[in-house]
Amino acid sequence: MFKVLQSKAVVSLARRAASNEVSFQSKEYKLHKLDNGPSTQVSISRDDALKFYQQMQLIRRMESAAGNLYKEKKIRGFCHLYSGQEACAVGIKAAMTDGDAVITAYRCHGWTYLLGSTATQVLAELTGRISGNVHGKGGSMHMYTPNFFGGNGIVGAQQPLGAGVAFAMKYRNQKNVCVTLYGDGAANQGQLFEAANMAKLWNLPVIFVCENNGFGMGTAVERSSASTEYYTRGDYVPGIWVDGMDVLAVREAFRWSKKYCDEGRGPLMIELATYRYSGHSMSDPGTSYRTRDEIQQVRKTRDPITGFKDRILSSNLVTEDELKAIDKTVRSEVDDAVTHATTDGVLPAEALYTDLYANTPAQLVRGATAEETFAQPFLRTEDLLKSMGQA
Amino acid sequence: MAASSLALKTAVRLPARRFASHFTYQPSVAPASLGAERTKMNLCQAVNNAMDIAMGTDQSALVFGEDVAFGGVFRCTVGLQDKYGKDRVFNTPLCEQGIAGFAIGVATIGSTAIAEIQFGDYIFPAYDQIVNEAAKYRYRSGGLFSCGGLTIRATCGAVGHGALYHSQSPEANFTHTPGLKIVVPRGPIQAKGLLLSCIRDPDPCIFLEPKVLYRQAVEEVPSGDYSIPIGKAEVLKTGKDVSIVAWGTQVHVVSEAAKLAEEKLGVSVEVIDLQSIQPWDEDCVAESVTKTGRLIISHEAPLNSGFGAEIASTIQKRCFLSLESPIERVCGWDTPFPHVYEPFYLPTVWRVFDAIKKTVKY
Ligand SMILES: Cc1ncc(C[n+]2csc(CCOP(=O)(O)OP(=O)(O)O)c2C)c(N)n1
Ligand SMILES: [Mg+2]
Repeated sequence: MFKVLQSKAVVSLARRAASNEVSFQSKEYKLHKLDNGPSTQVSISRDDALKFYQQMQLIRRMESAAGNLYKEKKIRGFCHLYSGQEACAVGIKAAMTDGDAVITAYRCHGWTYLLGSTATQVLAELTGRISGNVHGKGGSMHMYTPNFFGGNGIVGAQQPLGAGVAFAMKYRNQKNVCVTLYGDGAANQGQLFEAANMAKLWNLPVIFVCENNGFGMGTAVERSSASTEYYTRGDYVPGIWVDGMDVLAVREAFRWSKKYCDEGRGPLMIELATYRYSGHSMSDPGTSYRTRDEIQQVRKTRDPITGFKDRILSSNLVTEDELKAIDKTVRSEVDDAVTHATTDGVLPAEALYTDLYANTPAQLVRGATAEETFAQPFLRTEDLLKSMGQA
Repeated sequence: MAASSLALKTAVRLPARRFASHFTYQPSVAPASLGAERTKMNLCQAVNNAMDIAMGTDQSALVFGEDVAFGGVFRCTVGLQDKYGKDRVFNTPLCEQGIAGFAIGVATIGSTAIAEIQFGDYIFPAYDQIVNEAAKYRYRSGGLFSCGGLTIRATCGAVGHGALYHSQSPEANFTHTPGLKIVVPRGPIQAKGLLLSCIRDPDPCIFLEPKVLYRQAVEEVPSGDYSIPIGKAEVLKTGKDVSIVAWGTQVHVVSEAAKLAEEKLGVSVEVIDLQSIQPWDEDCVAESVTKTGRLIISHEAPLNSGFGAEIASTIQKRCFLSLESPIERVCGWDTPFPHVYEPFYLPTVWRVFDAIKKTVKY
């Protein structure tokens, strides 16, 4: 909400744009077992243009900051960046309505931000600080907000969960979908096929989304998958291929898909063709299995932010100054988040024992010496935070 | 964490320095019987060397897993594809249950399957295949089929920053299943000899490699083809007062604690590397405890239903009349493997030292 207000503020400062809505032609979708699909004629309002630009820029900038923090050894362990894939999350989010749910894998920083966390909560989680999304208990791969079920470290584990969440929606007659994301590598886990079968058998409002960024770690899609047409791999589950570098195409595809699911016709399987700029995680330079040239080429010709910026500028929907103003607020928001992520405190050590079970008696905790043990002081992190006056 | 700081009402600051590794590696020297020629290798190279020898001596041996064709994420399979070809060393898709099931099939028809599961934490999607298929094939077919040629290599253990899904030690999840053998080496010499034994063993084996040792553990490894028997423990240091059993990285932690106890407490500690968790060398441990009268078992995996429980139960029965104090277990706490709290979770030198003090003073 904060983000929207912010871009609105920017809009009111400059009203020089010629029109309040323009439309663009997006790349053809490819359809699987569908007679018709989303429109390739997509329109966008000024407000949305500014909002999408802000969201994509913020994610890009936040991920660069995360990369730097990692290199400065301020982030421990794993860190998977979303740079290059921003249009996927931003486009889907733009089509979502209240009550829709999302579940994804470990490449979850951008999603966490879009679904309600601040940049500070994301970066501070990476550095294990108390101000982090789960107060440092999860780290890079485990972040959550209401209706955002994470953040999963085990590749393929989230896919059936998405079907389960969607079942609840159907059961409660909600007009909602569960967006269930996975990578091209995860597409080969058997759980996807088990989940697809259940979803189709029970017509669940789940949208399986394969973010095909070309690689699962160091393995290119052709070397891992007998069919790289991921949108067709649900067989009896209808599918759509979408240019995942075009935020408007993504939004359009998801608006269409949501309607399709609302009519009780789900599930769907959508492939978003995208690209990851960084290595798989920070420990992978990302250049041993592809050329630097290839990465440069994508940056030059398919970048989701540059492409979008060109469009909204050349159509006079927004002005250069407006975008510059957004860049400035994004920069300060991320800088501020970095400060928090590097200076905030950490949860006290007794949080090691919180959130183990919901209703067991307090466990014994060892004190400064092994003889000295006492009962777990707090069963829940929430109670610990409350005791510190922080919840 | 002192009681006073537990009552702390403000968030504590992170120490400026990052936590150094929680142990000091203690290299071993290989006995002369394993051959005179030696090569300096780290644990990763020793594992690579064992697979190289296995593939060179067994034309049916295959190596596969996620990204192994390029050397694997830990570089353990580097060079094997160039040497043995793409039909013997290859990448699999990302599908652990499929990898395990496929490997069982390969082994059941009589070939040697060396499958890599990148992290022990990812072995759970393959758990059904390993527990229900691999472990029971021989038994349920009355010996007609088996998947003896199967070895599953997986990494295990803490690395300082692995958090929930890159740190676990799942050995006890498998020791509860008759039909499997489970081995964890403490260093390069052991890794090479034990891995060759696993690969050539007529029963399915799970070989857990402590990933923190891959680069850190360097030894003069015998260059030839040798094996170290499965099911035999090794007494690394003899002592009179208390026996400590550990495996993998924890061997180095307890060795350090043993040294400390000798210096500070004048206690003589016997250190045993169990190395083979299933089957395990009961005789070796029982003999030691009969002599010392005291036993401490230490592992990184959580205390509850960890393999330490099995050892404690067996030894209290076999050595009941020799025991001078209750058997102690110094293990990971019963929590998921934590992210920022790893240093508090681990059974550190200090916790082991403390247990030594407690047992001798009992
Ligand atoms: C069960 C399991 N196996 C293996 C891994 C290690 N791993 C993490 S990410 C990854 C590649 C996944 O690729 P993809 O699904 O394409 O997602 P991307 O990283 O491209 O977003 C692998 C092999 C894991 N985390 N979990
Ligand atoms: Mg991928």
